[in-house]
Amino acid sequence: MKPLSNLISIEDLDAEQVVGILDTAEQLLPIADRRRNSVPTLRGKVVCNLFLEDSTRTRISFDLAAKRMSAEVINFSGKGSSVSKGESFKDTALTLDAMGVDCVVVRSGSSGAPLQVSRYLEVPILNAGDGWHQHPTQALLDVFTMRRHLGDLAGRHVVVCGDVLHSRVARSEVQALRLLGARVTLVAPPTLLPPAPESWGAEVSGDLDAVLPDADVVYLLRVQRERMHRAFFPSSREYARFWGLDVDRLARLPDHAIVMHPGPMNRGVEITADVADSDRSVIIEQVTNGIAIRMACLYLLLSGDTEGAEVTP
Amino acid sequence: MTDAAFRSGDHRPALLLRGGRVLDPASGTDEVLDVLVADGIVVEVGAGLTSNDAEILDCDGLWVTPGFVDLHTHLREPGFEDAEDIASGSAAGAAGGYTALCPMANTDPVCDAAAVAESVWRRGTEIGLVDLFPVGAITKGLRGEELAEFGELRHSAAKVDFFSDDGKPVADSLVMRRALQYAGAFDAVICNHSEDPDLTAEAQMNEGQVSSVLGLPGWPHEAEEIMIARDLILAEGLGARLHVPHVTTAGAVELIRAAKARGVHVTAEVTPHHLSLRDHLIDGYDPVLKVNPPLRTDTDVQALRTALADGTIDCVATDHAPHAPEHKDQEWEHAPCGMLGLETAFAVVNTDLVLAGLLDPLTAIARLTSGPAGVRDVAGHGGAIAAGREAHLTVLDPEVRWTVDGRGLHSKARNTPFHGADLVGRPVHTLLRGRFTLRDGKVQA
Amino acid sequence: MTQLLNADEVSRALKRLAHELLEANHGADDLVLVGIQTRGVPLARRLAALIEEIEGTEVPAGAIDVTLYRDDLTRRGPLPLGETRVPVSVDGRTVVLVDDVLYTGRTIRAAMEAVLELGRPARIRLVALVDRGHRELPIRADHVGKNLPTSVDDRIRVHLEEVDGRDEVVAE
Repeated sequence: MKPLSNLISIEDLDAEQVVGILDTAEQLLPIADRRRNSVPTLRGKVVCNLFLEDSTRTRISFDLAAKRMSAEVINFSGKGSSVSKGESFKDTALTLDAMGVDCVVVRSGSSGAPLQVSRYLEVPILNAGDGWHQHPTQALLDVFTMRRHLGDLAGRHVVVCGDVLHSRVARSEVQALRLLGARVTLVAPPTLLPPAPESWGAEVSGDLDAVLPDADVVYLLRVQRERMHRAFFPSSREYARFWGLDVDRLARLPDHAIVMHPGPMNRGVEITADVADSDRSVIIEQVTNGIAIRMACLYLLLSGDTEGAEVTP
Repeated sequence: MTDAAFRSGDHRPALLLRGGRVLDPASGTDEVLDVLVADGIVVEVGAGLTSNDAEILDCDGLWVTPGFVDLHTHLREPGFEDAEDIASGSAAGAAGGYTALCPMANTDPVCDAAAVAESVWRRGTEIGLVDLFPVGAITKGLRGEELAEFGELRHSAAKVDFFSDDGKPVADSLVMRRALQYAGAFDAVICNHSEDPDLTAEAQMNEGQVSSVLGLPGWPHEAEEIMIARDLILAEGLGARLHVPHVTTAGAVELIRAAKARGVHVTAEVTPHHLSLRDHLIDGYDPVLKVNPPLRTDTDVQALRTALADGTIDCVATDHAPHAPEHKDQEWEHAPCGMLGLETAFAVVNTDLVLAGLLDPLTAIARLTSGPAGVRDVAGHGGAIAAGREAHLTVLDPEVRWTVDGRGLHSKARNTPFHGADLVGRPVHTLLRGRFTLRDGKVQA
Repeated sequence: MTQLLNADEVSRALKRLAHELLEANHGADDLVLVGIQTRGVPLARRLAALIEEIEGTEVPAGAIDVTLYRDDLTRRGPLPLGETRVPVSVDGRTVVLVDDVLYTGRTIRAAMEAVLELGRPARIRLVALVDRGHRELPIRADHVGKNLPTSVDDRIRVHLEEVDGRDEVVAE
């Protein structure tokens, strides 16, 4: 497997690297889910969580992942533009560099911010979600979860339904699934599809009912209620009726199919409470798997600082 | 002697530009000739000219053209001198072969009153590297509500006959209609920033495949075309003069072409960067590439090049928009729009259009001189190289290869999208009223 | 490449190790064989089978991957992780670490740390098919299949049927 120097976009990975990350996470899962104690692997390493956008869930997940591997964690948070705090974006990055951190986990509401930060810093950058662009660890934990339930994903059919336009998860998810040979169908109201969706290499449908019988996974995306005010759709009631997953639609799925959601869920909009809590839902597992995936990413980025070092067993 | 030469009190030795390829679009001249300049005036144009006392300037292998005219420049003074001021912007203009610049009205204070226009114009005259023809605001404070005092501005020392709220569209159709109507009383041109603001509320770059993958809110081409279509319909109905700034889409080109065919009094400009750069370059989120209107697709670039060649688009205008590095060094979303243009405009047009065989040299020079000069009154700049006319001249080396270095430009800012690019062609000398403002590539401050 | 032990010699060494282990432990009670990834794992399985043959008692055999406990990861870059799976609790048992080549002792140090994270064994023993010397830590094996004098520049490789298709020990 080619070594990782940063993890900014799934686009930067090849299939072998994705599989390598998943296999690594598989071995780390007992540590992530606390069947085994934490390991000393990253002792002495300092991981900085640079969160320019609030996300308690993702930050805690990265925090736990680093701590399960004995890294030290520092948190640097600020909302919105770094400039609004009176410090330039560049200075924030350079400050972290000067503090001698070994890895920066960047979360930003601005698409591209982690890539920009990576130009100022020598240390590995791990994208924890940027604007509408990418959320690579989310996609990796999702395909990890799918693989644990379905085995090899080649030829499997994943339906991604919801607000694709504004979703960094969807962009990463489709790329990761395509790398593993899965077929993806995007389902959304036309107003919530991105421009030129066919260029993503996914199929597109407006009809959730039509694609369900053929799905191995239904992946629901969060729909923000405030989108109603920009005329994306008229009401959450109408949204739920046409694009939400309820028990009737759940019954149309093949028996082996699973239901996923990146969280936090809007119960009653994109997913009903019955579906979220059903035995088909693996949403809670996704959370634990997220820690294992983030451990794997930190391990692969941080153990070994000689770039391109040959891996000998 | 003209007023201007008298005013400048120039009595320098005569200058003989010998053996250059004279490209003079106003007269259609394209041949190797000598040009004799004295007292700020072109004395004679012809072959084998001699003069006993004139300094000889060897122009062998070079092009001698009218001084360039830029209809669309942001000099940032007053108000934003951290990015550029009239002195640094004038130097950039001279270095780019320009003798006339039209500084835009979005300064602080806004150029919506005679006093502001006159202070900009006077400052330009004091510096003396280029002549400034300030652009007045269409509406007070660029707010899109009440008209600025066109008459006061027109009759000021700055003689403003061109109005734009550039950067902001006049969204209210009624205000736009009245602006076009009212401008007629002063023989003025209205230039409206073409953007439907509802369609671009969050926009960050051209809407399309690239924005889709980058996760940046898209700027649909319709936003530009809807506004241009509206303005063309209004101008046509009133018989008014409309100028369309920085055209960027194939659809906009078609609208303008059709309007011109119907006889609408419309002119249009295109920037060097929209003629050269495409949206896929943004894959690294370098905010230097953020501009309004945004970089578009290859289809659009091809349409713009064709339109410039066939005259649908009248001229190249730089939309030179300096921004201080600390403003550009931000997240893409927070970085301001704009790019430098003055010092690379000729090289880009020469490299991407002339050398690519899409534009002959005379037409290329026309789009930088007589083209813009035909849009508004720029007091003879961009006009014929002929005896008795003021000597606003540019001497270009069309073959020199150079690598653009953002830090080596005369602008205070460094936000050139061409940093590191290898371009062909560069001004060697620029003459304003017969005086060197650029000599051997050095600005003569 | 020089062959140091052939398949028969490997087989004989393992049989002797099985007997030694039983002898030292006074039988197979409370034994857990834990092979160190990669080649220690099949060796542990073979020893468990031999012990069962001799004693008629089934001895649990597991695997441990010590990568996450290594002290040289920064120099060697990220290594692929192997499985850690020990089928029974190690608490109160005699854990026998099984490795193919004993060299610097650093792998064994990491393995002891890894085992101690799994629980509190009564004692930890070490079995190595080959001991090539050059220890960097105060560690020794309780049972060794073959002591091989080597120089630091030698590369000693154990090949096993399960991983490599044949049994032998070679110097490269």
